[in-house]
Amino acid sequence: MDETLKLKVENLNFYYGSFHALKNINLPIPSRKITAIIGPSGCGKSTLLRCFNRMHDLYANVRYEGAIYLYPDRLNIISKGTDPLYVRRRIGMVFQKPNPFPKSIYENIAYGLRINGIKDKKVIDEKVEKALRDAGLWEEVKDRLSANAYSLSGGQQQRLCIARAIAVEPEVILFDEPTSALDPISTGRIEDLLVELKNKLTIVIVTHNMQQAARISDFTAFMYLGELIEFDVTEKLFTNPAKKLTEEYITGRFG
Amino acid sequence: MIFLFSVALKLFLDGMHRIFKLKFYTSFPSRFPEEAGILSAWVGTLYVMVGAIFWAILLGVPAGIYLEEFGGKGKLARIIEANITNLSAVPSIVYGLLALGIFVYRLNFGESILTAGLTLGLLMLPVIVVATRESLRRIPRAIREASYALGSTHYELVFHHLLPYSIGGILTGVIIATSRAIGETAPLLTIGALTFIAFLPPAPWKDLIGMLKSPFTVLPIQMFNWVSRPQEAFHQNAAAAGFVLLVLCLVLNSLSYYLRYKVRRKYYW
Repeated sequence: MDETLKLKVENLNFYYGSFHALKNINLPIPSRKITAIIGPSGCGKSTLLRCFNRMHDLYANVRYEGAIYLYPDRLNIISKGTDPLYVRRRIGMVFQKPNPFPKSIYENIAYGLRINGIKDKKVIDEKVEKALRDAGLWEEVKDRLSANAYSLSGGQQQRLCIARAIAVEPEVILFDEPTSALDPISTGRIEDLLVELKNKLTIVIVTHNMQQAARISDFTAFMYLGELIEFDVTEKLFTNPAKKLTEEYITGRFG
Repeated sequence: MIFLFSVALKLFLDGMHRIFKLKFYTSFPSRFPEEAGILSAWVGTLYVMVGAIFWAILLGVPAGIYLEEFGGKGKLARIIEANITNLSAVPSIVYGLLALGIFVYRLNFGESILTAGLTLGLLMLPVIVVATRESLRRIPRAIREASYALGSTHYELVFHHLLPYSIGGILTGVIIATSRAIGETAPLLTIGALTFIAFLPPAPWKDLIGMLKSPFTVLPIQMFNWVSRPQEAFHQNAAAAGFVLLVLCLVLNSLSYYLRYKVRRKYYW
C-alpha cells in the first residue's frame, strides 16, 4: 500500500481486567482517508477506537500492550510516557450519542479552543464560525448561538459535536457509530460531512452499518471476537473478501 | 399534609394576636407578655444560620468534590462514605456536646454566635457532602467523556463542567440542611444559647469579631422558654414565634424547589 500512514497499530493487545478484549491487532490507518471498522457487536471495534485517544485511561483496571504510532512524528500513543491530554488534542472524537455540553451552542465550540490556550475573543469568534460552517451547521444556528445546545435536534447536536471536535484542528477524528442514534436524513448529512472532512484530516469510523462503511469509507477493517480478520480497500473487502469469515459477515450470514 | 396543615393552623390561630403586630418583631423579650417580642431571636437565628451555611459550604462542598472525584475508590473510601451517611443520623444533641467540648472550652470561642454557627454547620455538613457527591455522580458519563476527548484535564472537567452542572443539586442540599438546622434547639441549648437577650449583637459590618463573639438566642429556644412559662399570654407568643419559624422553613423549602427548577432549565441533557 503506497498511502501515507497516519496511524499504525502494532501488535496491540488490550485487557479489561483479565478479559483479553483486543488480540494482537496490526492495522495501518492511511492519512486523509476514511477507514471504517466493522464487525458484530462485542467484537472490540469500539474498544480499538478508544485506544487511539487513550479514552480507556478514564477507567480503572485496563491494560495496553504493543504500540500505536501517530505519524508524522511516530509518537507511540499508548506508551506510558505519552501524555494522554496531548494525544487527545491531536486526535478528536465524536461519540455514538450526541453529547454536547449543557451550555450554549457558541460555548460548546469555544470551550475546546479555550482549554487549548486561545484567549482572544475575536479569534475564538472566527474559529467558532469556521467550525460551524465546516460542520454545515452555521446557516441553521447563526441567529441563536447563545441558545442551549440541547434545543437542537439530534442530528444538529451531532453536527455540533463534530464542529466542536474540528474546531481545535485535530489531525485525526475518531467516530464511534456517530449516526446510530439518528434518522436517515441526518445520517445522510453527516456522511456527506465526513466525506468532505477527509480532505483535511484522517477519519476512523466504527459502524455496524455495513452499507454506511461501503458508502463512505476508503478502507475497511473487519473485526471478530477481538481479532482483526481482514483489512483492505473498501471496494475489495466488500466485493472480493480474502477470508471466509469476512464474506459470511458481509453477506449477512451472522452478526 | 393534613398534619402539617393543622399544626400551622393551630399555631396561626393561637398566635394570631401577635403575628400581625409589627411590635412583636421589633421588641426584645420581656417579663410582660404583651411587650415581649422576637427581635433578638430572629436576628440571632439569622446570624447563626448565615454562619452555619458559610461553614457547611466551605467544608462540605470541597469535601464532597474531593471524595467523589479525586479520592480513591478503595476500602477506606467506602468506610468514609458509610460514616458520612451515619453522621447525618447522629442525634443533634451529640453535636452539641462535641461543640461544648471543642468550640466552647478547648478553642475558647465562648457561648457565642460563632460557636453556634460552627455547631449547626457541622450538623449540616453530612447532608451537603452527600448532596454534592450525588449531584456530581448524576452527571452522565457522556459529558465527562466529551470533555476528556477535547483534551481537558480532570481539574478542568470538574471545575468547568461538573461543578456548574451540579450547582442545582448542591444548592438543594444546602437549603434542605438549612431548614433542618434552623429548627434545632438541643445542640444550641448545650452550648448555652440564652433566652433573655435584650440587646442585639454588633452589626457585622462594624464589628465582625464582636458579632461573632456575642451571646445570642434563636427562635426555637425563645419558643421553648415561652412555652415553659405558666401564663397563657406567653403561650400565644410561643405560637406566634412557632408560626414565624414554620413560615421561614416553608420559604426556604420553596426556595430550594425554585432554584432546582431554575437550574434544571439551564442545565439539562
